[in-house]
Amino acid sequence: MNLALAGNQNCGKTTLFNALTGSNQHVGNFPGVTVEQKSGLVRGVKNCTVVDLPGIYSLRTYSQEELVSRDYILDGKPDGLINIVDATNIERNLYLTLQLLELRIPTVVALNMMDEVRENGGSVDVRVLSEKLGVPVVPISASQGEGVSELIRQTMSTVKNVVRPSVQDFCPDGPVHRCIHAVAHVIEDHARAAGIAPRFCATKLIEGDTVMADRLGLDRNERELIEHSVAEMESETKLDRNEALADMRYTFIEGATAAAVVRTHESRGHMRSVSIDKILTGKYTALPVFILVMLLIFWLTFNVIGKVMSDWLALGIEALTGLVDQGLTAWGVNPVVHSLLIDGVFAGVGGVLSFLPIIVTLFFFLSILEDTGYMARVAFFMDKPLRKLGLSGRSFVPMLIGFGCSVPAIMATRTLSSDRDRKMTILLTPYMSCSAKIPIYAVFCAAFFPKYAALMMIGLYTLGIVLGVLVAFVLKGTAFRGRPVPFVMELPNYRLPSLKSVVLLLWEKARDFLQRAFTIIFLATIVVWFLQTFDVRLNVASDSAKSLLALLGQTISPIFRPLGFDDWRVTTALISGFTAKEAVVGTLAVLLGTGTAELGSALGSLFTPLSAVSFLVFTLLYTPCMAAVATIKKELHSGMATVGVVVLQCIVAWAASAAGWQLARLLG
Amino acid sequence: MTLDQLEIGKTEIIRTVGGDGALRLRLLDMGLIPRTAVTMGKRAPMGDPLQIRLRGYELTLRAEDARMIELGGGSDR
Repeated sequence: MNLALAGNQNCGKTTLFNALTGSNQHVGNFPGVTVEQKSGLVRGVKNCTVVDLPGIYSLRTYSQEELVSRDYILDGKPDGLINIVDATNIERNLYLTLQLLELRIPTVVALNMMDEVRENGGSVDVRVLSEKLGVPVVPISASQGEGVSELIRQTMSTVKNVVRPSVQDFCPDGPVHRCIHAVAHVIEDHARAAGIAPRFCATKLIEGDTVMADRLGLDRNERELIEHSVAEMESETKLDRNEALADMRYTFIEGATAAAVVRTHESRGHMRSVSIDKILTGKYTALPVFILVMLLIFWLTFNVIGKVMSDWLALGIEALTGLVDQGLTAWGVNPVVHSLLIDGVFAGVGGVLSFLPIIVTLFFFLSILEDTGYMARVAFFMDKPLRKLGLSGRSFVPMLIGFGCSVPAIMATRTLSSDRDRKMTILLTPYMSCSAKIPIYAVFCAAFFPKYAALMMIGLYTLGIVLGVLVAFVLKGTAFRGRPVPFVMELPNYRLPSLKSVVLLLWEKARDFLQRAFTIIFLATIVVWFLQTFDVRLNVASDSAKSLLALLGQTISPIFRPLGFDDWRVTTALISGFTAKEAVVGTLAVLLGTGTAELGSALGSLFTPLSAVSFLVFTLLYTPCMAAVATIKKELHSGMATVGVVVLQCIVAWAASAAGWQLARLLG
Repeated sequence: MTLDQLEIGKTEIIRTVGGDGALRLRLLDMGLIPRTAVTMGKRAPMGDPLQIRLRGYELTLRAEDARMIELGGGSDR
């Protein structure tokens, strides 16, 4: 049995999905596009999968989310739909419901946040609402886990017995009603052949949906008939086609909610949000608070929680390395294999792994910002400056995630409904210094600027942002002229995040990072170890300066002379950084023949404090890692454009570092 | 009067919804349709966008887009 979970944004859909499936989830993509698709097995039911559709407000074709959701339902033909509705914002949520009901697929409405409604002294007469909508309605509270088993039970019975929605008409007899019937009649055969409910096709065609007209293969005559009916309806209602249907749906919803919903005058959640907003989006407080929040997050991540855990993990890895080292020696293992394990795998992968806690901690805070509703506020008050860059406030959130990792940041650009904004945000995201570069900053700052480590970090992050802004201005005036995306966004009430959702997200991110650590980074460290251990004749190199890698590094390193660092080991570390940024530190450790703990002191032989800054600036800006580049290619749908991004980043990085280094030398 | 001119804390009824393309459809989908009551919440710290309240929820949109929405006349739904 296949189910699809559909609902608006901010209605608790992810929380319900987690409650339905537990940690039994699979993350992939919708076919042919790059919108994330999560699916999982429903707990306690045999062979029942549920797919989490993106959060949408309508089933139009203007945004990728709406289009893939619609295609998934029309082509994937799920056996049933679970439509989650936020009971505290029921009118707007039911707008999508009415479109889903037209699909005539067995549907159950999950009325979420009922605990909040009750807490505010409101109520929903579930029986009346169910009667009006013609489908079962189950009150739930996804965050408390209330009503979820009843929802599963009701869905099973509705889907197994193929109980389709019993209400068809959402409007009284009149011009709109007549138009829907006329159009449905014209296209009925096409719709049946395509296996789609004629009613759904009809309303979409009335909305002027050409994707639907093409899907049904309507001929010119049929299209003209439809246009004729629409023109008639428009002149009779004095509303245009889209207004008329929106009006029809909202009028029905108002009737249904008037009968079933007892509203409170002012909900507590809303009053609470208004008072929190007085500070968080207040005229003089919004920006300072935001900066404080971000500083607090970074401080907690890099100086407190993440750092302590990283140090422990590093100690653990070191102890394990020592143990394995002794074991291998005692057992008399071949020295090359011994070196592969200790110098290659343990030094490289181990060094990278110890940074996992920092990444997880950062994601922990980011997910809290998102789940509480603060991210939407950030988009709200950052819209104006971002609009100056030719973007919308919504681009701010993906870019902010870019500070965690470019890969999810670039993937998060999918929430932008304009292709133009998406591409531009993707191009700017690499300027937001990702957390994988933190190990590099951390090691270098600790080695060269132990007292000013935090200041150096902030400086690097700021430099990235400033250059990103400059690039945005250039892009806006050249490749990306044109109108920014409409910015019409809900500001959800502030809510406490669900611990379970946060934990599941962290697990997902940690798993993703571990996968990279044991695939890409593992391979990279072995390749680097191989190049480092053997010479041109594939004998074990007697001296690391004679290795294959030294040869490669020596060939390229003159490029970096104007930047103040041209040691082949540095060049080699930068090359390995393409596989994953964490590998820069790992490679340096391998090449210098030290563990990560002693790396700092060993770096003194390669850099002066000034050339260390130049190196950090270069690392900040040069090509994103392999995984990010692969994501960019996927999102931009163009290999050429992706190569362009990589080349551009390298040029910008080289120019910025060279300019800084030369200027610093001039100033002495 | 258009929506961007609505005073903070004041409520008015939507008369017409202008604009075109994706913007207009988005406005309609979000429930900004003729005869709907909207209340002005606040302006963003930098003066734009606006925060409005309708149908029991909060929505943000830009002043230039709010200008597409004519207010006044007609009765509440």
